Amino acid sequence: MKILVIAETDGAKVSEKSLPAIAFAQQVAGENFTILAIGHNLSGIDSLTRYGAQSVWVAEEARLAKPLAERYAPVVVQAVQHLGADLVVATTSTFSRDLLARVAGLLNAPMLSDIISFAVRDGHVVVKRPIYSANLIGTFEAEGTPLVLTVRGPAWGKPRSVETSSPVQPLSVPAELSTRSEWLSLEGSAGGRPDLTQARVVVSGGRPLKDAETFEKYIGKLADVLGGAVGATRAAVDAGIAPNELQVGQTGKTVAPELYIAVAISGSVQHLAGMKDSRVIVAINIDPEAPIFQVADYGLVADLYEVVPPLIEELKQARSS
Amino acid sequence: MKIVVTVKRVPDPYAKISPNADGTDIAREGLQWAINPFDEIALEEAIRLKEAGKATEIVAVSIGGDECQEQLRTALAMGADRALLVQTAERLEPLSVVHILTRIYQREQPQLILMGKQAIDTDDNQVGQMLAALLDLPQATFASKITLENGVATVQRETDAGIETIRIPLPAVITADLRLNEPRYVALTGIIRARSKPLEVLTPAELGINPHARVRLVAVERPPARQAGKRVQDVKELVRLLKEEARVI
Repeated sequence: MKILVIAETDGAKVSEKSLPAIAFAQQVAGENFTILAIGHNLSGIDSLTRYGAQSVWVAEEARLAKPLAERYAPVVVQAVQHLGADLVVATTSTFSRDLLARVAGLLNAPMLSDIISFAVRDGHVVVKRPIYSANLIGTFEAEGTPLVLTVRGPAWGKPRSVETSSPVQPLSVPAELSTRSEWLSLEGSAGGRPDLTQARVVVSGGRPLKDAETFEKYIGKLADVLGGAVGATRAAVDAGIAPNELQVGQTGKTVAPELYIAVAISGSVQHLAGMKDSRVIVAINIDPEAPIFQVADYGLVADLYEVVPPLIEELKQARSS
Repeated sequence: MKIVVTVKRVPDPYAKISPNADGTDIAREGLQWAINPFDEIALEEAIRLKEAGKATEIVAVSIGGDECQEQLRTALAMGADRALLVQTAERLEPLSVVHILTRIYQREQPQLILMGKQAIDTDDNQVGQMLAALLDLPQATFASKITLENGVATVQRETDAGIETIRIPLPAVITADLRLNEPRYVALTGIIRARSKPLEVLTPAELGINPHARVRLVAVERPPARQAGKRVQDVKELVRLLKEEARVI
């Protein structure tokens, strides 16, 4: 199987989010894969050359300076045809959901989203993927190639590095590229903290945090002492306590850090879908019956206002000793 | 300006979904059904655009069995002007749905196609983008705000990096995210009025489409359960275990 991995970029920089898709390609195709990065004056191309790809193709042009699916999709399609790719793959994200489904449309190819396993049986591709808000796992069979896939990051992990570096080759951009879609602005709010989906530690808070100031004072501070990212429940986001892009859960982001600390989060199915692949889960909740305790490795039944400040102090000491 | 809105019939989002006895599908007995919540948000947005004088007609489209008429009647009661059901007993993959929708687009010639970013049953998140590709239209996915002015849509999108704003000319496909709006409750007068609104039933064959499945759902199972761990007494014990047992700090 020949695989084309689409690296995630914001038009200017290659994202680490590309790594699980590369890990997928290594596991499925060994070294029979090529990586494509699209943008303008891209930085971070070196980060793609360490994993044994046959080539790293770079399509760069001023019209590709921002990640607009309408402009990027024809570039991907051209690369698919150039390579004769059987699989077109990217890590699940808003970037890949937007772009790869458009690519699948242009190729008139079937697509399977957010897969957690992959096999080939009797000439059919067989994958598993979460359905019904991750309450169930569906097994799907697909026939024919090319096939477009997004892979769920936590299920595929990190690729292994190899000694030899992949050659970087420029890829020409189709002359006719629609510029109907125009990019205007991006309002982010990570505030210097690590990206939620990449962080080693995530501290999330729920609706009981009252307001944005309280949320920052308890959740933000706890995250900072661990060098972690901040997450939130949908209820906290809907109440205006935390910004939208911090939402962890089936309708928000999927995270799988080394350590996930859930503060005043009851543990709705919707929220669990976004974090239950974390390696170690800590739950702090005043309600001993909260469902979050059923998935937590360590549970502390307590009022967050009483335990989070001493927890911050203890962690400071533990990390300095 | 005409808007086409998709209306998918899905299990009630609060229902507990289980695999059936032989693990080939979900258990359907006793389930309540509803409009896909993201489609409902798309429909609400279309109705608001009409109320604001930006749209003149809203056509709700569903694809599926006869029972989808129930969701289309709800859409009419909310404020859609007429409804189309493309009737099929087959379970269609996103690409087949898109092939049918391209014919609906050619038939209706809308300026805007609004739909949910994904359906909460199979969670594919593909149809809007594929449709835009096959119709060669601009797309704006995961919309949390839509402003229409002189045939151009300015759309705020919910991306992993934050709120991105893009501008696309119409006709276009826009998919709705959770925070675009809060759908209204259906009023009794709406339900009564909906009874007299037109609901047309078509078949894929009448639209010149013969769906061919290339993706099949063959098994449904529960995900592996995570085991509950231990309760700790206080902050000191928690930090000690995180350091010495879990080794994560």
